[in-house]
Amino acid sequence: MTHVENICFAIVLTVAVITFLLSAWHLVRLIRLGKPDTRLRGELSRRFFTMIEFAFGQKRVVAERFGWNHFLLFWGFIILFLANAEFVLSGLFASLSWKLLGGFVYALLTLAFDLMSLLVLGCVAVAYYRRLVLKPDYIEYNSRDGYFVLGLVGGLMIAFFGMHGAEAAAGKLDGAWMPFTRAVVGPIMGAIFGHGAALHTVGRIFWWLHAFIFLFFLNYLPYSKHMHILTAIPNCYCRSFDFVTTVPPEQYVTGKQYGASMIDDFSWKDLLDFSACTECGRCNKNCPATNTGKPLNPRLVIHDGKVNLLTNGDKIRYGNRTDGLLPLIGESEEVAGMVGEKSIWSCTTCGACMAVCPVFIEHVPKIVKMRRHLVQNLAKFPPELNVFFEATEQRSNPWGIAPSDRAKWAKGLDVPLLSEGPVDYLFYVGCAGAFDARNKKVATSVVHALKAAGVSFGILGTEEKCCGDSMRRLGNEFVFEKMAKENVELFKKYNVTKIIAYCPHCYSTLKNDYKQFGLNVQVIHHTEFLLDLLRQGKLKLTGQDGFGRVLIHDSCYLGRYNGIYEQPREIIARATGSKPLEMDRRLDKSFCCGAGGGRMWMEEEPEHRVNINRVREALSKKPDTIAVACPYCMTMYEDGVKDEKAADKVKIVDIAEIVAARLQA
Amino acid sequence: MTPSATSRPKLNRVVISVKQVPDTTQVKVDPVTGTLIREGVPFIINPFDIHCVEEALRLKDQFGCKVTALTMGPPNAVATLRKCLALGVDDAILISDRVFGGADTLATSFVLSEAVRRIEAEYGRVDLIICGKQTIDGDTAQVGPGMAVRLRYSQLTLVDQIVSLDVEQRTIRVRRKLEGRKELVEAKLPALLTLVREINQPRYPTVQGRLAAEEARIELWDNSFLKLPIEKLGLKGSPTNVKKIFAPERAVGEILGDGEKDPEGAVQLLIKRLIEKDLISFGA
Repeated sequence: MTHVENICFAIVLTVAVITFLLSAWHLVRLIRLGKPDTRLRGELSRRFFTMIEFAFGQKRVVAERFGWNHFLLFWGFIILFLANAEFVLSGLFASLSWKLLGGFVYALLTLAFDLMSLLVLGCVAVAYYRRLVLKPDYIEYNSRDGYFVLGLVGGLMIAFFGMHGAEAAAGKLDGAWMPFTRAVVGPIMGAIFGHGAALHTVGRIFWWLHAFIFLFFLNYLPYSKHMHILTAIPNCYCRSFDFVTTVPPEQYVTGKQYGASMIDDFSWKDLLDFSACTECGRCNKNCPATNTGKPLNPRLVIHDGKVNLLTNGDKIRYGNRTDGLLPLIGESEEVAGMVGEKSIWSCTTCGACMAVCPVFIEHVPKIVKMRRHLVQNLAKFPPELNVFFEATEQRSNPWGIAPSDRAKWAKGLDVPLLSEGPVDYLFYVGCAGAFDARNKKVATSVVHALKAAGVSFGILGTEEKCCGDSMRRLGNEFVFEKMAKENVELFKKYNVTKIIAYCPHCYSTLKNDYKQFGLNVQVIHHTEFLLDLLRQGKLKLTGQDGFGRVLIHDSCYLGRYNGIYEQPREIIARATGSKPLEMDRRLDKSFCCGAGGGRMWMEEEPEHRVNINRVREALSKKPDTIAVACPYCMTMYEDGVKDEKAADKVKIVDIAEIVAARLQA
Repeated sequence: MTPSATSRPKLNRVVISVKQVPDTTQVKVDPVTGTLIREGVPFIINPFDIHCVEEALRLKDQFGCKVTALTMGPPNAVATLRKCLALGVDDAILISDRVFGGADTLATSFVLSEAVRRIEAEYGRVDLIICGKQTIDGDTAQVGPGMAVRLRYSQLTLVDQIVSLDVEQRTIRVRRKLEGRKELVEAKLPALLTLVREINQPRYPTVQGRLAAEEARIELWDNSFLKLPIEKLGLKGSPTNVKKIFAPERAVGEILGDGEKDPEGAVQLLIKRLIEKDLISFGA
């Protein structure tokens, strides 16, 4: 390498590094447009280790088979980072190289570089094969950006072998163990270019090619979907440790806007999320809306956020929040950078997208924030929600039934009221258990089980109010807040310390959302509680098992939201003597019944029903009984098996009913 | 002469007459006394009246007129007015005074029509009054027509569509929903409309609207302000006497077909029976 080359490289390097730093700083400034988020306070070591586990360990990436290809690419890159560091340094000062660390270390390093480069080249080939031949429908296999970046990576490896192959052919690879370069690349290059000046020139060309690809790649990153190379690691560090990333409450002041109508209404973490997505498509592969042909595609929501940030970010930074901006939300579903309203309303908030995202992008809170804008600022939502909103606000139940009828289900069951005296547990029945004919039977079964175990419990009776789950998920935060505050007051009035909830939506709302409104009590789902009673021997199961082959469905707000997977399975095993049948889509990949996120109260086109999709999967397992633990799931399955004309072949029961049935005989 | 749209809105003011009623799904009749148990029963805006708010706001969106919500009732009826304000009504007036208490439809329509005259004096011309068809507590459907007669307004009841409103000619054309037929009617302004619920789908309040409504001023008009003759008000001005309230005997029902075994057959039977009784019909 001549001095002229050293100087030229120094100039090119300086320009490339400065432009890269400017782009990176620009990205940081765009992300800083977001609203505050206090998540980074404390827990620094926990954050560090989760970053190691998920960013460097790629734990969620390798959960999919193809993720191993990414794992190898990622680690190839990490190791080759050392090779590139040497490349840059020796480009400036020929004497700087890993040789300074001693012959053995140098030999090991070069061995690693040689093998890793070959491995990365192989990974690039596999990735091309996937995009060109396999064409999985959940990724954009025709993404130009994807092909281009793969081309850059492959090109970098080829240049690496080209420059070292020339050295090998010229016999200059002294001290380096590079078996592939020595045995394969060197001889080929020698055969083609001879061993004289031509070989030297070709070697220099490859060196400069390597330099340009490397520096170009560096500068291309911040403008491509491969931005995630910069943002994914910090995004894992900044992840939420609660699965349920409940959106913070609003501050209601006259003249203020609520929710997210513009990109800078999101938090900085939301904006970091937008930048961290590399469009792997796992979210939409698991999304119940996407899988039933609805407009929502969680990957595109995140991508739209990123496009919107890049399009509007600078204008907003310079104080323009009005002129010529690309709207964040619009009626069209087709505009890049704009999230369609139908997409926003298609979400069941089931969280399947978030459970599989390798870099912990939080899709659902963003959708809820946009719903908050539509409902609270514009009062714009699917018309059928009008009835639901009015009924819930006026009569504290979604059907608008008289609150004075709320305790009718318990007539004759002799359940104490909290107003009659203190008890250990509040059984919070919820609207479905109190008003819905089918689900009243489940609430009754819970009562039978609790009584059989001699538990001291009571209900609120007609004083009970709706928890407001659907209101909150639908973005009607103003009314939800009123409901939450009233409920917290009511619980405090009776000194409630332990609540048993039968509906996972009540359960999760009381347990996770109400913290924001000052409720700090123990909230227990009936499957947790009944299992404890069984294990402690307080509940004894006798009698006949009439349930046959029991298939279990994981409800989103119980499983993904609160990690309750094992309890219902163990109850079924204890009550029926055998483990339940399992769905293909189960545990954290369970497929929503279709009713969460307020979708229970919205219309769904007959050909696009989530519950039908799920019921077909369930029926393919040929169960005699489908076990659920959620009133929404109960309704969706009951409707689904009727639509599939299977109502006489399969029973839908709640876990509590399985327990109660075994108590009777 | 070219009319100036900015200096003088062509449609000046719409008054909506609304009522706060007990949530009747929650009202029970005391089996002993035969009177309504109102204790602890929440109040709501009369479900018909929410459609008046919507229809008036649509006129406001279209013509830029002002909308005034008017109600007579106890002091807690401000809640109903705040609901109207949250939706976008410009001003709200509560007519409340002990001397108005116990009014039947005659006394009520007298006070409300006098209040409309006062609104004209205070705020300027009123072009339209919109009422619900009836209230769900009294179900008389008399107050709106009573006001129209007293004010000598065109009286257009049971409206399910405002077909057109000609502000130059000062005429309004509406469709009335009658039993088994519909009627297109044109009348001169000012007019009083009573609406059926099919007319529109009410809007939902924005949070901004709700917060503004909490802070908005509500006019309180008592009789020291209205100065109406005391013998025409309240119980004194009401010739109606309630002798007894009771739930009418209901004829014993009939089970058609077997819905458990043959739901589709049962539905066919039901449809046939409903058509026979002229309760439903096919086509337009």
